[in-house]
Amino acid sequence: MASSVPCFGVVVFPGSNCDHDAYHVVKHILGYDARFIWHKEPDLGNVDAVILPGGFSYGDYLRTGAIARFSPVMQAVIKFANDGGPVIGICNGFQILLECGLLPGAMLRNESLRFVCKHVHLRIVNTQTRFTSQYPSGSVVRVPVAHGEGNYFADDDTIRSLQENNQIVFQYADSTGVVADAWNPNGSLLNIAGIINRRGNVLGMMPHPERASDPALGSVDGRTIFDSIVDNLISMK
Amino acid sequence: MYHATIVVTLRHSILDPQGKAVEHAIHSLSAGRVSNVRIGKQIQCAIDAPSRTEAAGIADTICKKLLANPVMEDYTVTIEERA
Repeated sequence: MASSVPCFGVVVFPGSNCDHDAYHVVKHILGYDARFIWHKEPDLGNVDAVILPGGFSYGDYLRTGAIARFSPVMQAVIKFANDGGPVIGICNGFQILLECGLLPGAMLRNESLRFVCKHVHLRIVNTQTRFTSQYPSGSVVRVPVAHGEGNYFADDDTIRSLQENNQIVFQYADSTGVVADAWNPNGSLLNIAGIINRRGNVLGMMPHPERASDPALGSVDGRTIFDSIVDNLISMK
Repeated sequence: MYHATIVVTLRHSILDPQGKAVEHAIHSLSAGRVSNVRIGKQIQCAIDAPSRTEAAGIADTICKKLLANPVMEDYTVTIEERA
């Protein structure tokens, strides 16, 4: 780690709009270090973790995340991930991780064709990850979603492999953790809200933990994700 | 110079909710004989290549790497020669 306080790099694409939220939570709510990384920067500098924030990079032109993947910074993000560094993609960040191949699958338009913006409950399916280890097993959290294309899709083999390797981290559920169609806001296969790569260092999720970290916003269920990242950085040091 | 017309659509195995919504609207026009409505996008571009085969190869590469996402989309390419 570069200094005693871990530093999160928040990547800023043209059209990112949750970058300041993520920065604020990490730096001012949780007291870690944070810095913005403009998408044209070819390297990440000394950061310990990378956040690909939500928003509408490149206006969602062509497909969500499709053009951001070609930003110069993404080569550095891919290298950082391949070297084992923790990368979390939130909402549009998740879509970018899918497009660049760090995570499997693709994002379709919400089944309802509507943009959904509301709080949802998530069952944390896997609490053994670098991003969720501070949650007690069986946790259910309340976090907002805000997206028009969050309908996770992958072919049967990919879904089977995600299940077999415990890579499904979050599923849309009710407040008691029951996963059912009624709680699926977008049509995602298996109510998938977030997945992790096989190696366990790249997480993508549609819900916004950074919007559920400041007590002023009504829920602090999301901050444990950032705390888990830091806890694991320290223990792996 | 060649001109490429590329059409990208959701794969047939994937439900196209936009197509379904439009299909319902078409049916309300009493056009009951219309079905399988699918919505996609068309991309046009000029390609500077020495032959039609090479132009088609370039179009195929940009489709695979950028214009279509093979996880969920199919594409077709039509190449025309332009003066």
